Amino acid sequence: MPWVLGVPATLAVLFLLAPLLGLLVRAPWRDLGNVLAESQVLQALRLSLVCASAATVISLVLGVPLAWVLARARFRGLRLLRALVTLPLVLPPVVGGVALLIAFGRRGIVGQHLDAWFGITLPFTTQGVIVAETFVAMPFLIVTVEGAFRAADRGYEEAAATLGASRMTVFRRVTLPLIRSSLMAGSVLCWARALGEFGATITFAGNFPGRTQTMPIAVYLALEQDPEAAIALSLVLLAVSVAVLVGLRDRWLRAGSAP
Amino acid sequence: MDRIARALAPVAAAAALLAGCGGSSAPTPMGGSSSATSKGTVNVFAAASLQEAFATLGKQFEAAHPGTRIVFNFGPSSGLAQQITQGSPADVFASASTKNMDQVVTAGDSAQPTPFVKNVMEIAVPSANPAGVTSLNDLTRKNVKVALCQPQVPCGAAAAALFQNAGLAVQPVTQEVDVKSVLSKVTLGEVDAGVVYVTDVRAAGDKVKGIEIPTDVNASTTYPIATLTKAPNKATAQAFTDYVLSVDGGKVLTAAGFQKP
Repeated sequence: MPWVLGVPATLAVLFLLAPLLGLLVRAPWRDLGNVLAESQVLQALRLSLVCASAATVISLVLGVPLAWVLARARFRGLRLLRALVTLPLVLPPVVGGVALLIAFGRRGIVGQHLDAWFGITLPFTTQGVIVAETFVAMPFLIVTVEGAFRAADRGYEEAAATLGASRMTVFRRVTLPLIRSSLMAGSVLCWARALGEFGATITFAGNFPGRTQTMPIAVYLALEQDPEAAIALSLVLLAVSVAVLVGLRDRWLRAGSAP
Repeated sequence: MDRIARALAPVAAAAALLAGCGGSSAPTPMGGSSSATSKGTVNVFAAASLQEAFATLGKQFEAAHPGTRIVFNFGPSSGLAQQITQGSPADVFASASTKNMDQVVTAGDSAQPTPFVKNVMEIAVPSANPAGVTSLNDLTRKNVKVALCQPQVPCGAAAAALFQNAGLAVQPVTQEVDVKSVLSKVTLGEVDAGVVYVTDVRAAGDKVKGIEIPTDVNASTTYPIATLTKAPNKATAQAFTDYVLSVDGGKVLTAAGFQKP
């Protein structure tokens, strides 16, 4: 290995691993059980898992069709549309939270009608958390899946069509299976991003234990009061992340590498 | 791995884009005609509720001491205390409660805090007052959305204390990070009422309406200020602290609605 590459590569590894090692070294292992048994921690973890999963499902239902449109449709303004809908990828999440408040808040341009017509107010509710997480995470799924739609071999779809399959059947039975691994990767990425969402959530949905206080918010607030608890909570999220990575490798990678 | 890696490529590209936008370093202006003792930048960590008053004090101090620059970090006192004890380069700490200042003193980062103002609570409602809130009791109504500070920051502790004094159980819809976050949720009309400091209602002008809390149940908090022992710019930091404690400084704080400690 040439040292010009080896040295910075080693530095990169050290840099990426040092904070994780720090968490493990400083973790209050003895009190870990007590900290984690606190009802607020379990509440926050459960809320995080539920909201991230809900955000992923919504992203799949809405995002996959959009990814297909972006990859296959041809119309003026398509590139602009793609840039706009993937903007949350590069937008600071707090800005997303402010924008969500302006749009879907009780006085927001959409939110005031939701409130007046249906009595629905999103801020400070668990639904609000899901909305914030979906806003931030869906583009990750869209970008990943759109790439797969583009790369997928159109020949199979054409063959299915010539054999009499309807366009919907082709999509369901041919296209989706073709992009299965990307769909999985995109979902996991989307889920992980939703799980880690902080800025948009605290801005749009506020903070209340059991209703809108997700794990990242709990970690942030714990750090102000009890750093050891913050480390313990961080360990939980780290464990979840590692579990996701391992799961990704063991299950979906093998499935994905099959022809 | 390859297919997943390829699938993730656009995301990696996005991440690379993001990586370019981090990190900024504060410029350190050095005025030409600075006095012998006061020069350079002073980092002041101050409770969110001090924002307007301290911004004025900072400008006045800079004008009186050319070559100095006061840089503020406003936030929840508990969070600021934590940042200081973790080694954030702060020169002055002004906390909204003695509790958070004590954390800094215990950690050895501050020696002699001086109480400089006192603040009491008030109910803030959006100027249109959509829920028709007129008293503390209204905050217990089911259809009234209330924002409070989280219990660990001074404004949250004070709110809890005054509800206890009044014998009321208020269920907030959100516990915000600091008092300015509560105020902004009121200003935006996302909640019907928030419990904030008297000074916040005054600073918000006509964007919110204040509803006074009876003095026999109201809670107060005392603000201490200290030059930190590890202050990178100690001499000028002390000069700023002295200015806050001076008669002129007191006038600005009183005008903002703060009381004498």
